[in-house]
Amino acid sequence: MPWRLLRFALSSKHPEPRMFRAHASLKKSYDVVIIGAGGHGLAAAYYLARDHGITNVAVLEKGYLGGGNTGRNTTIIRSNYLTPEGVKFYDKSLDLYQDLSEDFDLNLFYSTRGHYTLAHTDSAMRTMRWRAEVNKHYGVDSEVVDARAVAQACPQMDISCAGHAPILGALYHAPGSIARHDAVAWGYGRGADQRGVEIHQQTEVRGIKVEGGRVRGVETSRGFIETGKVLCAVAGSTPRMLDMVGIDSPLFIHPLQAMVSEPIKPWLDPILVSGSLHIYVSQTARGELVMGASLDPYELHSTRSTLDFVESLSAHMLDMFPFLSEVKVNRQWAGMADMTPDFAPLMGKTPVEGFYLDAGWGTWGFKATPVAGWTMSSTVANDRNHELIEGFGLDRFARYALTGEKGAASVGH
Amino acid sequence: MKIMTCPINGARPVSEFVYAGELRAMPDPATCTDDQWAAYVFNRHGVAGIKHEWWYHIASGVWFVAERDTTADRILRTYLYGKGGAT
Repeated sequence: MPWRLLRFALSSKHPEPRMFRAHASLKKSYDVVIIGAGGHGLAAAYYLARDHGITNVAVLEKGYLGGGNTGRNTTIIRSNYLTPEGVKFYDKSLDLYQDLSEDFDLNLFYSTRGHYTLAHTDSAMRTMRWRAEVNKHYGVDSEVVDARAVAQACPQMDISCAGHAPILGALYHAPGSIARHDAVAWGYGRGADQRGVEIHQQTEVRGIKVEGGRVRGVETSRGFIETGKVLCAVAGSTPRMLDMVGIDSPLFIHPLQAMVSEPIKPWLDPILVSGSLHIYVSQTARGELVMGASLDPYELHSTRSTLDFVESLSAHMLDMFPFLSEVKVNRQWAGMADMTPDFAPLMGKTPVEGFYLDAGWGTWGFKATPVAGWTMSSTVANDRNHELIEGFGLDRFARYALTGEKGAASVGH
Repeated sequence: MKIMTCPINGARPVSEFVYAGELRAMPDPATCTDDQWAAYVFNRHGVAGIKHEWWYHIASGVWFVAERDTTADRILRTYLYGKGGAT
């Protein structure tokens, strides 16, 4: 046992500093206000301070740090997308993730597992081949493998899926990983805080002051603050923020549910995804199976969870792994996913000067945390969209120039 | 929300129904601008609230409108299109 742990038992006060400071009051003005202290908002604050020298920044959070979709996803990181824009963007994110633990001096439990997207039909195999070729073209480690290779990688799986959805092959993505999502938010939060950024929890944004098409300030539950630049990174609450500044968007909110099993012995090494069975599953370092599925079928602004979801996901899990029938489900939860029609995000400048958007993260936001923060910090600092997010602008819809990423969504939504 | 009342078939499990988006007015494609048409095609009113939505009963093929609270996950009433007064 490391001796320094004894300090926690013997000291009357908590012997370690907090991850970030609490501030008694808001300042009168900031250079940049970031709405939302999730992974994306905190990452943007971190890179603004570290790479652009902008430290007079407030991150406002209605609830608590990392309490939204940052803490509700299934922690999968991959870059085997379908469009060139998506592949380049997510691959940069994977790249940024690699040395993040050292950068933060915080263990993110980043674990490279290998990622199999299972194909149960000929048409799914065709999409896998398409994705593999696009991936390889952009230097991403991605290949199509046959059913035998899948069986070797996961011998516990019933490769016929109870006989009604036999696995024909898979798209294999060796760099596919999982990481501890809370630590990603804490790491970015602490790093930003150490560089002078203020994080304000329990601070709700009630209005955004726009004059002459420019952002002038933000009305909060703790008073008004002046600022010329606002970055909105609030996932499921984005439509409400957009209403405040008078911008229309294609965003619509559906809940995405997930669940976790009791801890069991390590047996599942890779991350498995099945579009046909609406499953993604991985096993954490603690031994829990983290399982996700497709979106709830109708619009809802709530994080309630349902028994229907547990039943259908469990049934599909048992198609793949009949031996899990006695394993208990420990918890289930939901997040509000801000979906776009083309399954690509909405990022960058908007028709309102000084109002920047980091939204449309639907079911694919966690893996993008570093690159979203990195590109948005550059976009905010220079008032110019970073080249990696050029395909993700809000204006693409009026031009009918969609960035069709649906073929790379984890499960068929 | 587990039971939905179809205006024709009465109370049925919600799994028998499909959600088809908010009830919206279509601009006249002959006279509207390209921007107005693109806004109609893509943009949605994504803010929480009480909304009128298209729903479809799979088993009987009935299209109808449901008035629903998208925060509380509660159906306030359902009616056939054009017969807004009916419950």
